[in-house]
Amino acid sequence: MATHQPLPDQPPPISQRGWLRWLREHLFSTWYNSVLTVVIGYWLISTFVPLINWAFIQAVFTGDGADACNPDGACWVFVEQRLGFFIYGFYPAEFRWRPNLVFALFALSVVPQFLPLPTTIRKWLAIFGITGLPLAAYFLIAGGHFGLESVPTSRWGGLMLTLILAYVGILAALPIGILLALGRRSEMPVIRGICVVFIEFWRAVPLITILFMASVMLPLFLPDGVTFDKLLRALVGITLFQSAYMAEVVRGGLQAIPRGQYEAAEALGLGYWRRMQLIILPQALKIVIPGIANTVISLFKDTTLVLIIGLFDLLGAVKSTLSDPAWSNVMAEGYLFVAFCFWVFCFGMSRYSHRLEKQLETGHRN
Amino acid sequence: MTTDPRPLRPGRPKPWNDPRVRSVVFQILAIAGVAWVGYTLFHNTVSNMESRGISTGFGFLNETAGFGIIMSLIPYNETMSYGQTFLVGLMNTLLVSGLGILLATIVGFVVGIARLSSNWLVAKVALAYIEVFRNIPLLLQIFFWYFAVLGALPGPRQAVNVGDIAFMSNRGIVLPKPVFEPGAWVMGTGLVIALATIVVLAIWARRRQAATGRIFPVLPIAVVLIPGLPLLGYLLTGGPVSWDVPSLGGFNFRGGITAIPELGALLLALTLYTASFIAEIVRSGIVSVDKGQTEAALALGLPARRVLRLVVIPQALRVIIPPLTSQYLNLTKNSSLAVAIGYPDLVNVFMGTTLNQTGQAVEIVAMTMAVYLTISLAISVLMNLYNRAVALKER
Repeated sequence: MATHQPLPDQPPPISQRGWLRWLREHLFSTWYNSVLTVVIGYWLISTFVPLINWAFIQAVFTGDGADACNPDGACWVFVEQRLGFFIYGFYPAEFRWRPNLVFALFALSVVPQFLPLPTTIRKWLAIFGITGLPLAAYFLIAGGHFGLESVPTSRWGGLMLTLILAYVGILAALPIGILLALGRRSEMPVIRGICVVFIEFWRAVPLITILFMASVMLPLFLPDGVTFDKLLRALVGITLFQSAYMAEVVRGGLQAIPRGQYEAAEALGLGYWRRMQLIILPQALKIVIPGIANTVISLFKDTTLVLIIGLFDLLGAVKSTLSDPAWSNVMAEGYLFVAFCFWVFCFGMSRYSHRLEKQLETGHRN
Repeated sequence: MTTDPRPLRPGRPKPWNDPRVRSVVFQILAIAGVAWVGYTLFHNTVSNMESRGISTGFGFLNETAGFGIIMSLIPYNETMSYGQTFLVGLMNTLLVSGLGILLATIVGFVVGIARLSSNWLVAKVALAYIEVFRNIPLLLQIFFWYFAVLGALPGPRQAVNVGDIAFMSNRGIVLPKPVFEPGAWVMGTGLVIALATIVVLAIWARRRQAATGRIFPVLPIAVVLIPGLPLLGYLLTGGPVSWDVPSLGGFNFRGGITAIPELGALLLALTLYTASFIAEIVRSGIVSVDKGQTEAALALGLPARRVLRLVVIPQALRVIIPPLTSQYLNLTKNSSLAVAIGYPDLVNVFMGTTLNQTGQAVEIVAMTMAVYLTISLAISVLMNLYNRAVALKER
């Protein structure tokens, strides 16, 4: 008896599988998508091939001076030669081990947060990072105690100064911002009013005017004889400015917590501060992690503005070197180097905030 | 059975435990604290200014400024007053902010939509653009465009020549300037008539569509009419507009309109930086519209283009507009970075040069901050009105 023998399955047509299918679906699905792909592909190749050629292939990375450079390629020798200045500014070379030690302590408290270590160790290292580290950094970098020679803030600079401004700014702006946000949600009209005026004022004016104010008007506000360090003035300006933004971010989180949580906390008989600390803030801050990360990133970028009031942060240090006659035509290299440094930090922070958000995700919103 | 001798209603708590008493005390303390800080600052400032011999009051606004400004939208020269420098700076700030907002919106919307493109390459290029530009400080971008790109352009003698009418050099971009001769009013009238016609037509078309469901193509008519009528006027009156074409004279260009490189660099940086944020806002706004809305609209038989215009975009705008306004505000505030490259904006001209010359820090800082406060508050008020208008109306 003859049985029906089905033919073996044919493979799908070549255009419906493998990379050809991917190309069809993602690059050439319609006629205008094909045109776009070709135009953009041409633009990318014509821009990036010469750029990569300039930045890497023809570039000179090490050497003694501007003479070592190739006119057709990037002159990274400039960065290599001036790296010390870009990192430490005018900080005396023989004391550079002090900021280096601070960098190491910073790495010690931050890097383990990414490693699979027991939570207790990570917690204590984090607590060290926000309490012991700033103190240690102050005594090490500023000196003047424990037999360390004092280094005035006017000699601080470069990446070191950028990181100090950003770190202290974040450490100060977050708690002040939380307090302001709680104040704005307070039931006492006077406290609420003060917080609203404070927040809205700082948010309405540009940071640059605040820095100007800090450098021009602060001496007028203070009693005779009291002077403030220029760096401290910039720090106060940046902190006040960013704490107002932080407050608005945190307020968003506070408003997103359902009323039941506030009422349940009250029903447990907790006082105001314990209610906030144990029940409301942990939930509210978790919701606004992306907002906090954005504020931190913008604070980091805003530290560059201090060069306008005469401090040499990373950008200021590079910019001041560009006018050196020994190095002509390294403008693009200098700015690209700074851009790369800032980009790495900011992009890293935004990735980390995504990760943190996923880690703390409990599966239910609110 | 024993009865509890204590009363059922508890007595008043001790004053230091009574929340009402506490709240009053805290508020009085807060007012006292603020008043004390305010008084101390005021007292210190007055005594400091006396000891330094700084004059007070706004009389300086009528004094002669005595310095030149490289770019001004209103008539200005050195013999005019500080009040005029304030206005020049304000106009320049508004100019760069206005242009920046316009351009950043266009670029931001294009990139935000490109980010959602079905074309893999387009989406990735848009993503790369966003991630690069928003993670680099704006000040650095301004320096880059000003010093490394525009500063690297050739001098006026070797300027990049675009068809002998426009030139790009390190002194800026020079464009031909239209000179209106008698009779040009016919063109202006043509433009006004065209715009009025289109507005009336659009209202009529919308009413007719609501009543009958038939669609009237307003857009193509507008595209023809708005440039068409002024052109007709131009031809009928025999060309009453001539062009002041720039020409190289000595070491710089004469005639035409010059856009100074400071303006170009600031505008480029502000546009590209803010657009990267706007793109993300636009993308998240479009993504926030429920997929069911698109599917329902397609099921009704609407073509894809109309689905976007009539269903998705109006709902996305509700999510997009609030953060978009705050980006506009940021751009306006960021335009004050002009001071770093010498574009004569409000902060540069007034808080910089004028402050240095007069020394009247308190008045000048207060005036500058008042300008930004006014802009901010005005935009917030408009924003709240808009929010009320588009908020979901639950019936």
